[in-house]
Amino acid sequence: KKPSSFSRRREQASETCLTLKSNSPPSSARPVRFRPSQQEPAAFLEEEASSSDPEDNPPPQQPTMATSSLLTAGRSACKSLLQQTQKSFLSSSAAAASAPLVAAKLPDLPYDYAALEPAISGEIMELHHSKHHQAYVNGINAASEQMLDAQAKGDFAAMSKLTKAINFNAGGHLNHSIFWTNLCPKRDYRPPEGKLLAKINENFGSLDNLQKQLSAMTVGVQGSGWGWLGLDRDTKQLFVQTMPNQDPLSCGVPLLGIDIWEHAYYLQYKNVRPDYVKAIWEIVNWKNIEERYEAAL
Amino acid sequence: TYDYAELEPFISAEIMQLHHSKHHQTYVTNLNAMTEKLEEAVHKRDVSQIVTLQQGIKFNGGGHLNHSIFWNNLASPKKGGGELSDGELLNMINAQYGSLDNLQTTMSAATVAVQGSGWGWLGYDKTNKKLQVATTANQDPLQATTGLVPILGIDVWEHAYYLQYKNVRPDYVKSIWKIVNWKDVSERLAEAKK
Repeated sequence: KKPSSFSRRREQASETCLTLKSNSPPSSARPVRFRPSQQEPAAFLEEEASSSDPEDNPPPQQPTMATSSLLTAGRSACKSLLQQTQKSFLSSSAAAASAPLVAAKLPDLPYDYAALEPAISGEIMELHHSKHHQAYVNGINAASEQMLDAQAKGDFAAMSKLTKAINFNAGGHLNHSIFWTNLCPKRDYRPPEGKLLAKINENFGSLDNLQKQLSAMTVGVQGSGWGWLGLDRDTKQLFVQTMPNQDPLSCGVPLLGIDIWEHAYYLQYKNVRPDYVKAIWEIVNWKNIEERYEAAL
Repeated sequence: TYDYAELEPFISAEIMQLHHSKHHQTYVTNLNAMTEKLEEAVHKRDVSQIVTLQQGIKFNGGGHLNHSIFWNNLASPKKGGGELSDGELLNMINAQYGSLDNLQTTMSAATVAVQGSGWGWLGYDKTNKKLQVATTANQDPLQATTGLVPILGIDVWEHAYYLQYKNVRPDYVKSIWKIVNWKDVSERLAEAKK
């Protein structure tokens, strides 16, 4: 019989992946996810841990595996770290302390800083990549070391405090790593094709409708955050959703992210967020998104 | 009241103009629109709609409240900005933090550490009769969400500093101490203590 605190977490779990009916053609019953603007990182981590999908509950692993999973895109990263943290209570502290830490690294951009002009200026790309993303990389490496140290000492108070820094910096690293690959120079742009295009038409009616919906949600984010096109792992349907701050997409597979933090556009677009979001559609790398989609099927 | 260029070189005129005439204006416009909708929903006893509107009212209402405080919290050094004279506020700061410098260090650290958009605050705790450094996320208004009375706010949404300081938020927060209108902060404290 589950203790009552576990039942509360299950309740939270079902609330975190709200599924609403969409406003598009009634014939397409695809879910349109809606998130409240503030999402507790702890609730996200608990929701992931309670999933019964075998893929989501890997067998106990060494700390190195948990930290290396931080480097791979996908929603399991933060959850794996929490699970590893929980499992470490039982493993020897000596083992945890001596395991080498696999450091996060700033990925290279697949193009020059100026390559995405005029949609995104070279100045923004350079700051965004070499300063902002770099800071998340530094942050997750520091927080990971501190976490391993706290685990080794059995310092649960410190471990609990570190989850916020891990969520923020791991999320920032994950999200930006996906983002750079989601974009390409305008001259290389071509619209979506094949299976992904078919799915877009099925779930949203048309590419235009998808762009309108995701744009509206993304522009409407209150504060900092991201707009996402994702794939539901269970139903294999596409959905659009926003996430606050650097919270990684909480459900499903992230396919396309639109960074709506002010640093992503302000130097060029100032307060006119809609113009930035409109421009970004001209540099979306649909080939990359198709690859992510097909890999996730 | 002051010109957009008055707080230079600490905050550029370009930022002040955008911040005031675009960002704050948007909160005002949206708050007015949502207040009308709220009145209608209350009139119709449409509870679902009343609840739906809460998030937008918190965001835009908070944005309006916060920025209204902020503009008054700032003053050019030529008009007393950055100078804290003897009095009740300085006494409390010294008693609780040891010195103005220590308060600035503590509040700067908390403010710079805000994850995402938000504000750093010096608030007054009416229950415990003391000053309190706090932060809020997005446009959450301090008093409504924590009970602390706001006496000094530092906006760390990126639009507040990015054009001038880029990603270097610590430099912006360091600069802003030079233009804190301590006279206004003292008046707010006196009001809060009533």
